[in-house]
Amino acid sequence: MQNNMLKKRIIPCLDIKDGRTVKGINFVGLRDAGDPVELAKQYALQGADELCFLDITATIEKRETLVPLVKEIASVLNIPFTVGGGINDVKLAKEIIKAGADKIAVNSAAVKRPELINELAQELGSQCVVVAVDTKLIEVDNTDKSTNKVFIGGGRFETDKETITWCKECETRGAGEILLTSMNHDGTKNGFALEITDVLSRELNIPIIASGGGGNTQHFVDLFSKTHASAGLAASIFHFGELPVPDLKNQLNEAGVAVRI
Amino acid sequence: MIAIVKYNAGNIGSVTNALNRLGVDNIVTDDPKELQAADKVIFPGVGEASTAMKYLKERGLDKVIKELTQPVLGICLGMQLMCTYSEEGSTDCLGIFDTIVKKFPDNPTLKVPHMGWNNIASEPSNGSSSPLLKNIDSQDDVYYVHSYYAVPNEDSLAVCNYINPFASMMNKGNFYATQFHPEKSAQVGEQLLTNFLNL
Repeated sequence: MQNNMLKKRIIPCLDIKDGRTVKGINFVGLRDAGDPVELAKQYALQGADELCFLDITATIEKRETLVPLVKEIASVLNIPFTVGGGINDVKLAKEIIKAGADKIAVNSAAVKRPELINELAQELGSQCVVVAVDTKLIEVDNTDKSTNKVFIGGGRFETDKETITWCKECETRGAGEILLTSMNHDGTKNGFALEITDVLSRELNIPIIASGGGGNTQHFVDLFSKTHASAGLAASIFHFGELPVPDLKNQLNEAGVAVRI
Repeated sequence: MIAIVKYNAGNIGSVTNALNRLGVDNIVTDDPKELQAADKVIFPGVGEASTAMKYLKERGLDKVIKELTQPVLGICLGMQLMCTYSEEGSTDCLGIFDTIVKKFPDNPTLKVPHMGWNNIASEPSNGSSSPLLKNIDSQDDVYYVHSYYAVPNEDSLAVCNYINPFASMMNKGNFYATQFHPEKSAQVGEQLLTNFLNL
C-alpha cells in the first residue's frame, strides 16, 4: 500500500484591499484583480486546493471589516480557506473562524507579540493557525555574507529576527503552518526561494507553504521536487489567466508531482 | 429536516453552509426531541475529544446520539467520538463503532496533522458498494485535517494510508462517518453529502 499520497496543494492568494483583490509587484504598484467572492467561486471550480485571503492594508490601517466578507466567501466556497491581515488578537481571530474561515494567518502582530501564537493555538487549535513570514535575504554590513531576515508591516520594516530561528519559534509556540513569502522573489516570476524553503521544510515538522516567485509550471515542479514544501501559493499568474490552475495541475501531474486532479 | 448536532465543536458553520448550498433545510440543535425528529442527523466536529465528550454527557446527548434510528453522519471528530475509545485525553467515547482512536506516531518525513487532500481509499480494491459512495471513485481526493485516526475494523467502508492505515469512512447500521471533511471537499464532498441526504 502506498504510504503517502497526500497531495501537494496549489493555493491562489487573493490580496484584498477595500474589499477588492489586488496584487502588488514587490508589494507596491497595485492592480485591480476583481471581486474576491467571484474569484473564490471560480478558483474552487478550477480545482484550487485552498484559497488564501490577505488584507494587505490591515497592518497599517486597523481594519475589522473582514468579517462580513469572510461570511460571504464561506457561504459560496466548498474548499478550505485562510484569512489574514490585521489579526492581532484572539477575539478577532475567533470572529473570523466563526464567520467560516478554516484558518487565520498572523504576521506582524505575531512578531511584535509572539505569545499571540500560543493564545491562538490554545483557543482555536494549531490546525487553524498559520504564521505568515515575510523574509528577505540581505547582506550583513561590512561582510560578504548574507542572512535571511523577517520583515513586517507588509514588507516595509526590517526586524532583528533571523527567519529560520523565528519559524522554529513559531512552531514551538503552536503554529500549524508557515506561509513563507520571499520578498526577493515576490512579483518577479523567476521561481520560488528554493534554498530557504528547503531548509525550513526539512527542519520544521509543520507544513511550509511557499510563496513568491512562482511564474510557470517548472517553478512549481522545482519547488516540489527540490524542497519538502507542502504547498505553493501564487496570485497574479492565476488572477490574470497566465497560468490557469487546471493547466498547472495537469502539467504537475505529468511531471510526476502528486496533485489533486 | 436535517439536524446538525450542536456542541462545542469548531466547524458547524461549514456544514450549515454546505447544506445551504445544496438547498436543504437544516437546523443546528442540542434539543434531544429535535434530533430524534429529524430526517437525518449530522454529527460534525473539530476539537478535542475529552472536552467534546464531557459537553455531550453533561447534556445527555451521548445517549441520544447512540439511540438515533435515522441515518447519522459523523464527520472528523464526530466520527472519532463514535468509536469506543480515543487516546486523545484518554476518552471513553460513544462506542457505536467497535474500534479505538490512536494518535499518529512521529514520522521522520510525514508531518502530523495529516492535513490536505488525500485519497478516500489508498487501494482501488478498497472501493465499496455503499450508497454513500455512489458516483464517487474511492480513489478521489478529499480534504483531511487530523492528528488522531480510527484503527480500521469490519465497520470500515474505506481505508486510507498515512503513516498507518486508518479508517477514512465507516458504517454500521444507520451510522455513517467520514474522517475527512465532505463540507470542504469540493465536488466530491458535495456528491457524498448528496448521497447521504438520499439514503
